[in-house]
Amino acid sequence: MSLKARHLQVRLGGHPVLAGIDAAFQPGQVTAILGPNGAGKSTLLTALAGLSRPDTGEVTLDDAPIQALSPRDRARRLGFIPQTPELAWAVDVETLVGLGRIPFTGARGLGAEDEVAVGLALQACDVAGLARRDVTTLSGGERARVLLARALAGDPAWLLADEPLAGLDPGHALDACDLFRRLARDQGRGVILTLHDLSLAARMADRILVLAEGRILADGPPQDALAPAVLEAAYGVRARLVEGDSGLFVEVSGRAP
Amino acid sequence: MSRRAATFAGLTAALGVLAVLSLMAGRVWVPFGAWMDQTDPRWPIIFDLRLPRTLLALFVGAALGMSGAAMQGYTRNPLADPGSLGVSSMAAFGAVLTLYLGQGAQAPWVISVAGMAGALAAVLLLLALAGRASGVVTFVLSGVILNTMAGAGVALALSLAPNPWAVNEIVNWIMGSLADRSADELALAAPFMVLGCVALMFTAPALDALTLGETGAWSLGVDLPRTRLILAVGVALAAGASVAITGVIGFVGLIVPHLLRPVVGARPGGLLLPSALGGAVLVLAADIAVRLVPGANEVKLGVAMAALGGPFFFALLMQMRRRIAG
Repeated sequence: MSLKARHLQVRLGGHPVLAGIDAAFQPGQVTAILGPNGAGKSTLLTALAGLSRPDTGEVTLDDAPIQALSPRDRARRLGFIPQTPELAWAVDVETLVGLGRIPFTGARGLGAEDEVAVGLALQACDVAGLARRDVTTLSGGERARVLLARALAGDPAWLLADEPLAGLDPGHALDACDLFRRLARDQGRGVILTLHDLSLAARMADRILVLAEGRILADGPPQDALAPAVLEAAYGVRARLVEGDSGLFVEVSGRAP
Repeated sequence: MSRRAATFAGLTAALGVLAVLSLMAGRVWVPFGAWMDQTDPRWPIIFDLRLPRTLLALFVGAALGMSGAAMQGYTRNPLADPGSLGVSSMAAFGAVLTLYLGQGAQAPWVISVAGMAGALAAVLLLLALAGRASGVVTFVLSGVILNTMAGAGVALALSLAPNPWAVNEIVNWIMGSLADRSADELALAAPFMVLGCVALMFTAPALDALTLGETGAWSLGVDLPRTRLILAVGVALAAGASVAITGVIGFVGLIVPHLLRPVVGARPGGLLLPSALGGAVLVLAADIAVRLVPGANEVKLGVAMAALGGPFFFALLMQMRRRIAG
């Protein structure tokens, strides 16, 4: 059981976005992909999710090339939450979360088993009380949790989310962190997230991958990957990892000289 | 009974009532008494004139309603329908070419095939023009382009028409009407409309998934190229075959899904069947109405729908103005 990237290269408009990424991911772990804007985080995540085809290299899921899987098979095993998800129609929350069952149901409607999965996903993300709400009227935080529930409704072995904590207030962000940890450690899913918040990454991730200009700058547990030298090289800031009462956090003191 | 089931029941009941009314109503009012009596002079009015016309209204309304719902679902755009996006006018252009060339008069199936070919060309052009960047503005502008091109084509055919008969034929036909279509014409086009609607039903889960955008749908395992192909063929068959028989009847596919969304929910796949029923109800009701309007000549159904649909489209656009500007 593993998700592997082998020498991924992606060019967009002649500009290299990923310049040879090698990484293997294990289930039961939360991996955070960090890096400055334009480092290639989203490109890496969509390639890992099998949604885009790299120019060279390949992604394998349990040693099979992910591009060789049928879209449906891929969707059953791997849940993906895009960075700015579109919500085109004013459907209710329960219906939206039910869309996560499409890889299983196809043309037939939701069966009893699907209803159970949807109910569990609504509860796991603490949005069961919103089931009848119109998704276009949700707040940013509610929306993020509903979209997470949508991905979990398919009970995927792998969950890949692009900036899932963007727009969450500190309380809901911490709740989401706890949820991602439970999904990985208690339920054995592989969780891969791109993040901007260094402290939340330090707190939640088992492993951190720091990207800069399409290359891996650091890869390892938070203590190693968030070393001051790495943060300075990646973001151009002076920062240090601090051991607080309730876990790790990153203190950013200013721009590097 | 769920709201969805109640809606189906309500629409079906309305269809039944309207179908009976459609057989009775017109210049000559035919009460039930005449239905059973073959010697009654009004008997042929019912079964030779009004029955094909009623069935045609059902088929055309269902085909246009479902095409509109499917196009709105795929484009995630409530302004999409075969009329607004130029599919109907391209189908009409295809059919007009055959009328102009005189082929249509000789073999009726030529008109149908030409109409469907025009519609298919329109859908493929739309997907090529608006394709992946499926913003509301792009699609509406693509529709404007197709409508303009088709309009110019029809105008050219008119100005170059070989004889006044052809001009008259084209003008009459373009305005859209269910009057005086034969049972043969109906039998020719109905299978294509049914086939198109069946094809569109297969896109239902993909349309649902597209609520989350193309990336969202693709991550749910939806085969987008295949969906596009089925949609193009389905709309071409359903809307193309309709237009080829009746001329352009606009706004059905625009209005019906919009009215049904608050009732049965906005999930696009779930709107397909109700929109087919709703389209049939709307076209049948409108066709009865135009027959009952007093005057020397019957008001063309296409004209009546445009008079109804224009303001509706306008109101919808006003409502969406903020979203488009953003």
